[in-house]
Amino acid sequence: MNLTEVARILRAEVIWGDEFLDSVDVTHAYGADLMSDVLAFARPGTLLITGLTNIQIVRTAQMLDLPAVLFVRGKKPQDSAVALSKEVRLPMLVSPMSMFEACGLLFQNGIHPCTVPVREG
Amino acid sequence: MAESKDKKPYAEEYAINPGDFSAIGEASTKFKATLAMLGVPSDVVRRASIVAYEAEMNVLIHGGGGKIQLVVYPGSIELTASDKGPGIPDVQKAMQEGYSTATDDIRELGFGAGMGLPNIKRNSDAMSLETEVGEGTVLTAIINFTR
Ligand SMILES: Nc1ncnc2c1ncn2[C@@H]1O[C@H](COP(=O)(O)OP(=O)(O)OP(=O)(O)O)[C@@H](O)[C@H]1O
Ligand SMILES: [Mg+2]
Repeated sequence: MNLTEVARILRAEVIWGDEFLDSVDVTHAYGADLMSDVLAFARPGTLLITGLTNIQIVRTAQMLDLPAVLFVRGKKPQDSAVALSKEVRLPMLVSPMSMFEACGLLFQNGIHPCTVPVREG
Repeated sequence: MAESKDKKPYAEEYAINPGDFSAIGEASTKFKATLAMLGVPSDVVRRASIVAYEAEMNVLIHGGGGKIQLVVYPGSIELTASDKGPGIPDVQKAMQEGYSTATDDIRELGFGAGMGLPNIKRNSDAMSLETEVGEGTVLTAIINFTR
């Protein structure tokens, strides 16, 4: 599914990156509000869904070569985060939906989860 | 990767300044660019980036600042993060997934899942944590090009 479709399903506003929406294709998504959680489980090519709006979320995405970030609960990224995302060409979207609803709709539309290994104990 | 046997390994080091939260990840970003430029395989770059970033976060958040160094050998990468912070009283506990002493304020910024050290371990081929309470912590991680 490309980002144009993601934006339509999640009624998302595009903060920046309009020109990339058609060409960026996502197959997997990962939702988290903690950086290390993303670093542990997001596989390459994953759409990052988060409520974090600081510059580190962009660096986290960049470290993993994630293709785009979607902010939930209508949270707008901080100016410094937007500036860095433009520099590294990471498109940003904002959906008014909750994390649960946004993830649920994407799942319903065929986006896959990232595998989380089974824990012992 | 272009290299010769007698060449000194490539090294790069950055200071991590106390309290500068918005800069977290800057050093790791530079390391990532360096590794890509040196032609290091992309999965190795990815693992090294995760290790560097987690180490950088720990040095700033728990260690009160310090430094981080990257050394690139012909078939491996060595990352060293050091600080003169409080040290880790119980390393075994600190290594457990989910264990974190991060405050709620820190957690709100997106740190403190207690996944950093386990992430470092998982993405490296060897890892050592030298730490002494009241003295500081030195974390070393080796990432081999072939696992
Ligand atoms: N450099 C350090 N100096 C002092 N204590 C540390 C250092 N690095 C880690 N610790 C201790 O080990 C704990 C676990 O570290 P770890 O990186 O796994 O999790 P975290 O930093 O708390 O959360 P996360 O990395 O998921 O954001 C920390 O909460 C802290 O108590
Ligand atoms: Mg950590």
